[in-house]
Amino acid sequence: MEQTSAIALPEPPTTALGASPAFVVQLDAFSGPLDLLLHLLREEQIEIADIPIARIADQFLQSIHELGLNQAADYLEMAGRLLRLKAQMLLPRRSEEEGWEDPRAELVRRLLEYQQIREVALWLGKAAERRAEQYSRGYLPPPLALPPPPLRVDLLELLQAVERVIVAIPDPVLHRVVPRPLDVEGATRRLNALLDARSEFGWLEALGPAPTITDILSTLLALLELARGGTLVLQQTAPFAPMVIRRDASRPAD
Amino acid sequence: MTPLAQLIEAALFAAARPLTVEELAILDPDAELSDVRAALGQLREVYDFNQHAIELVELAGGYQLLTRAAFAAAVERAQFAIRAPRLTAAALETLAVIAYRQPVGRLEIEEIRGVSAGGVLRSLQERGLIEVVGRGEALGRPLLYGTAPMFLEVLGLNDLGDLPRTEELTIALQPPRPLTDDTHDAAAYVPAES
Repeated sequence: MEQTSAIALPEPPTTALGASPAFVVQLDAFSGPLDLLLHLLREEQIEIADIPIARIADQFLQSIHELGLNQAADYLEMAGRLLRLKAQMLLPRRSEEEGWEDPRAELVRRLLEYQQIREVALWLGKAAERRAEQYSRGYLPPPLALPPPPLRVDLLELLQAVERVIVAIPDPVLHRVVPRPLDVEGATRRLNALLDARSEFGWLEALGPAPTITDILSTLLALLELARGGTLVLQQTAPFAPMVIRRDASRPAD
Repeated sequence: MTPLAQLIEAALFAAARPLTVEELAILDPDAELSDVRAALGQLREVYDFNQHAIELVELAGGYQLLTRAAFAAAVERAQFAIRAPRLTAAALETLAVIAYRQPVGRLEIEEIRGVSAGGVLRSLQERGLIEVVGRGEALGRPLLYGTAPMFLEVLGLNDLGDLPRTEELTIALQPPRPLTDDTHDAAAYVPAES
């Protein structure tokens, strides 16, 4: 029933990316390689005990190829088994040879056994269906263990619990962000003005009177920027000596 | 109804699971098991005679009150109850192997079904249908599985003896059926006489 419908699928479902068959869907249609094998035998109306191994092996391979089952190890294992049987059946033998054991015997035994299991499974399925038609009081399965007794707390206990939780919370690291805008443009303008007036001056002069930390940083950045641009040259006569700021000789004073 | 039958009715209603005769006997210290059985019979008759929508069912070795199947569709349609999820083919086959071969290890189940069984076994175990009943003698002392009491409850069986006996199975009894026939069961083939 289900097997037939699986084979009769007009077109395998495809993914959005292309025509790769969704093998999972068809894997569901068969519950395993033995199921697929039984389906093939049924289609051919072949008796289990007399399996034409060569043909069935080929069909099996074709099926798992067509069905896109080639990723399922269970099916490949059976495919290998069938191919080995096929090879064994091809070996020459005298028909009256004593002690010759049909290499298919094991497969036949397994198929018959599996058929029996299928029949029982069918019976079990019907039994479960019948049982599902009858409801017990409440449709949820009974709890495995008694649920814990309902929680009883008074307001004080609750508040104390809340307090314990709150105390355990670490103080958040608060960081005050103070706006300290650096005024590099302003410092650049001031330095340029100084350079226009004098060809050389010291760091302290560049800073101007009563500089704040922002002024110092702004001036330093402006100095470095101007030095990089070639407007001025920074010089120190000795390590840690006061910095001398000199107008670049190539830049004409205007 | 006798007082004992009433007690039993109350217990069965409250428990919502199959209760055995022995369990029900706890209700009344003076009651013999035979008294309990008689009371159960009376209770069953009351439900049947008055055409109650509930019946007394023997289930999993005990007794349980269940709605009659005739009302399942209506109750379900109104969404007052949810039908138990259907068991998959893989689950049913695995249950079949375990029911007949227990105690049985994973390897044997896989050999019979031709597919790996780890996932199915786990979900059957989670649903309480099977349980580990021991360890095998083979290398690695594999876990052995058997059916759990829930198996009988879910399948509506009283005990494992309710399962079809292997000689009752149609395999090897029926001639091959033509292809046009309903092929919903796998019992269509017989071994040829060799």
